[in-house]
Amino acid sequence: MHEMSLMESVIDIVCETARLNGARRIRSVRLDVGVLSHVDPDALLFCYEAVRHGTLAGRAKLEINRIAGEGWCLDCGKTVALQERFGACPDCGRHRVQMTAGDELKIRDMEVI
Amino acid sequence: MCTVCGCGTLPIEGHHHDAGSHGHSHGGGLDHDHHHHGHDHHSDDHDHRDVAHDPHHAEDGSVHRSDGIAGVHVPGMSQERIIQVEREILSKNDAYASENRRYFLRQGIFALNFVSSPGSGKTSLLVRTIRELKDRVTINVIEGDQQTSSDAARIRETGARAIQINTGKGCHLDAHMVGHAVEDLAPEPGSALFIENVGNLVCPAAFDLGEAHKVVVLSVTEGEDKPLKYPDMFAAADLMILNKADLLPHLDFNVELCITNALRVNPRLQTVIVSARTGEGMETFYAWLEAAALRGATRSKEV
Repeated sequence: MHEMSLMESVIDIVCETARLNGARRIRSVRLDVGVLSHVDPDALLFCYEAVRHGTLAGRAKLEINRIAGEGWCLDCGKTVALQERFGACPDCGRHRVQMTAGDELKIRDMEVI
Repeated sequence: MCTVCGCGTLPIEGHHHDAGSHGHSHGGGLDHDHHHHGHDHHSDDHDHRDVAHDPHHAEDGSVHRSDGIAGVHVPGMSQERIIQVEREILSKNDAYASENRRYFLRQGIFALNFVSSPGSGKTSLLVRTIRELKDRVTINVIEGDQQTSSDAARIRETGARAIQINTGKGCHLDAHMVGHAVEDLAPEPGSALFIENVGNLVCPAAFDLGEAHKVVVLSVTEGEDKPLKYPDMFAAADLMILNKADLLPHLDFNVELCITNALRVNPRLQTVIVSARTGEGMETFYAWLEAAALRGATRSKEV
C-alpha cells in the first residue's frame, strides 16, 4: 500500500501550494496517473479519503486522469500502444520497445477558493 | 455528470434525484464517500458545481443550492481558480533522496538499497558479507521492517553497527526515514552502508533512498517468473542476486529462464548466483561490490 505515502505526499504538496497562493480551501485536485505506473488508482482514491481530513483539501474532490501507455518500437521505428510495462510491440511482437508514456505520476493542477 | 465515475446525476436545482444519496464504490473494495445529494440543499459534502461563479457561496464553504445555478462540473475546472501544480507526486521523497545522495557522495559512503520479498535471505546475505569483508571495509546497516528489531540484532552480532527502522504499517522505507537514520548512525567516511528495505517486492521500487544502487535479492524457491510478475522492482535494480543456490538440485528452478525474464524488464541488469548459507558465489558478489564502490568513489572525487 505505498499509495498511502503517495497520497500523503499529494496532500502535502497541494496544501503547501494552496497556502503559497493564499487560498482558503482546495476544491479539487487533478492527478495524471499513467496506466503503466506502479499504482492502483482505486487504492489512491481509497487512501485519499484517509489522509485528506483536517487539511485544506479536506473537502476537495480528487480526479485521476489516466494516461495511456505508449512506447517507441526500435524495430518498427514508430510509436506503438503499450498495454503493459515491458510488453511486446503489438505490430512486430518483439520486446525492443522503450516506454514513452504511461508512467506518469504527477499532480497536474488544482482548483482553489 | 459526476466526473469521478461518469454517472449521470446532474445536480440540477429542484430536481429530486431519486437515489438521493447513493454511496457507491469504484471497485477494489473502495469505500469513499461519494454521495450525490439530490435532496440536500445545504450539502457541503462534495458538490460538483462551479463555485467560482456562484454568488451564493457561503463563508463556510457550504453551497446553498436552493438559489444556485445548475452548474455541471464537466470535466474542467473554473479558469480563475486553477493553480498549475505540475509536480511529481514523488517529488518530496526525491528531494530527500537527493539530499541523502549528496551526503553519501561528500562522505564517500557507498550506499546500497537491498530489496526483495520477505524470506529471500537478505539478512543472512548481509550477515555473511559483513563477516567476510570485515577486514576490508567498514559496513553499517539500516534495517527496515514493519516490526521487531531482530534483524538489527542479527547484524550487530557480527560486530557491525546497525539501526532498526520500524515502519509500523508502512510497506517501504522512504528517503526521509533513511535521512534520519543516517543522522543517528553517522556512518564513517569511506564506509559502506547497506540499507535492508522492508520485505516487499512491490512498493520499495518507487522510493529512491539516495542509494548508489538498488540490489534485488530473489531466492530460487520463489520461482523464475517473479521478474515478470513484479517488473518494477527488477527494472529499478542494477544487480539481481539469486540466493539459496544450494537448493537448486532439489528444485525445478530454471536459472536461465529467470535471467532471461529479468533481462526482458531490464536489459542492463547484472546477475550473481549465490548461497548465503554455503557461501558459494559470494566472491563474485564481493567483486561486484568492489567494482561498484570504486566507480562510486571516482564519481565522488569528481563532485
